[in-house]
Amino acid sequence: MMAQSAASVLKHTAQDGAAEAIHVENLHKRFGELHVLKGVSLSARDGEVIAIIGGSGSGKSTLLRCINCLENPTSGIIRVNGEEIKLKADSHGHTVPADRKQIERIRSKLGMVFQNFNLWSHMTLIENVIEVPVHVLGVKRDVAISGAEKLLARVGLAEKRDVYPAYLSGGQQQRAAIARALAINPRVMLFDEPTSALDPELVGEVLKVIGDLAREGRTMVLVTHEMKFAREVATHVVYLYNGLVEEEGPPEQIFGAPRSERLKQFIRNIG
Amino acid sequence: MTAADASNSGATLIDAFLSASTAGIIELLSPNPPGWGGALLVGLLHSIEIALGATCLGLLIGTGGAYGKLYGGPVVRDLLAVYTTIVRAVPELVLILLLYYAGTDLINQALTAMGYQRVDISGLAAGIAVLGFVQGAYSTEVIRGAILAIPQGQIEAARAYGMSPGLLLRRITLPAMLPFAIPGLANLWLIATKDTALLAVVGFYELALATRQAAGVTKAYFTFFFAAAVLYLLLSLFSNLIIGRVEAWSRRGMPSLKEAR
Repeated sequence: MMAQSAASVLKHTAQDGAAEAIHVENLHKRFGELHVLKGVSLSARDGEVIAIIGGSGSGKSTLLRCINCLENPTSGIIRVNGEEIKLKADSHGHTVPADRKQIERIRSKLGMVFQNFNLWSHMTLIENVIEVPVHVLGVKRDVAISGAEKLLARVGLAEKRDVYPAYLSGGQQQRAAIARALAINPRVMLFDEPTSALDPELVGEVLKVIGDLAREGRTMVLVTHEMKFAREVATHVVYLYNGLVEEEGPPEQIFGAPRSERLKQFIRNIG
Repeated sequence: MTAADASNSGATLIDAFLSASTAGIIELLSPNPPGWGGALLVGLLHSIEIALGATCLGLLIGTGGAYGKLYGGPVVRDLLAVYTTIVRAVPELVLILLLYYAGTDLINQALTAMGYQRVDISGLAAGIAVLGFVQGAYSTEVIRGAILAIPQGQIEAARAYGMSPGLLLRRITLPAMLPFAIPGLANLWLIATKDTALLAVVGFYELALATRQAAGVTKAYFTFFFAAAVLYLLLSLFSNLIIGRVEAWSRRGMPSLKEAR
């Protein structure tokens, strides 16, 4: 404890014995002729922050969206919380979830944050945040509201509780979307390029909220273009190239001493 | 005779004519017999009943039809395409005659075949069913377009949080598509209020039939048809008032276009 470095205090590191929250094995995804994921494996233990980086078209968003079956994987194994998602082939030969109840249950434990926020436009912020707890998880409305008020205060939007999303800036909308994800008390947070649609001056406020979550030990899988941020908050970085994991490891290694030629070039181009 | 004299005597003539007929018109339109106002109002009430019922039925069919067309399998999609194509291709008057006579006949044949008594299908139920069936085809297309106009990310977010299809429809899809559907659905409602007049041909007692009877008996054609036109107009004006409120409510999350100008 005494010898704990400043870096590891700042960055919550998972114990080796921590349970595996997400396990992806040999995942393939085809869109018709296009082979987007060609056998990707990924693991996130409790408390880990996995950053997925890679160039455009490398399959990083597809990989994230396969974890909760927003995209149905063509083949492979996905386990969330140790429970394997049951898949089957439909009449057209596409792979689809075999058990709707199971996939809905698993999804309700994964807090997804989208590139374009995707708040429900006909609901105020507080209604957005309580929607899933009340209608999917069966939380009592008044309990959900008091919880949602705390979450909105936490992301700095307490005064905006009764405002509709269209009247807010992108940064505010994304912070509200993070509050919506936190409201389900998710086992894992999934971030799909959460700052890519934001004006540059709004990126900081969203990254700050995500960084705070990482530091308090939330398990997260984060697809991002913010290399500096990935280096700061991730416990593990995965570099995807052309549908395959080209290199992975702790951020110091990936950004400090990359081995693969493509990763070196990627970091040079981005930096 | 000077021009002034001529116009003067003309005015007196019109005055005399009007005062005589005003009393007559009031008497004719009085809600109590021998006035026909009451009959007209009963007709209007029946028209509204039919229009409301048909619109509700049409919305149910339309929602199901739009869902089927968007998310259904190939068989469901083909069947719905046949439905919307045929209903929108055939004149409503022909459909009403066909469905009203053929429909009631089919039901009765089925009932006798199964060993039941023939039933008299009420004009109200038949009218609602027939107009609702027609409205459903148009509603299907209006609602399908409105669902397509929803930013798909909002539907995706609902799926990502584990909403079941029914919950998603009720909590996200229907309220989110409403602002895009209201103008089209408002058109359909106004058309429905006036399509009820077509049911006069099958003898259903609604405003148009009531008017024709009143006018035929009293020979005051202009008075009664004008009164009926005013009633239809009032119904439309009142509808506009309600629709405006509903539209404003459905657009509650959307900044007004005036501010964006």
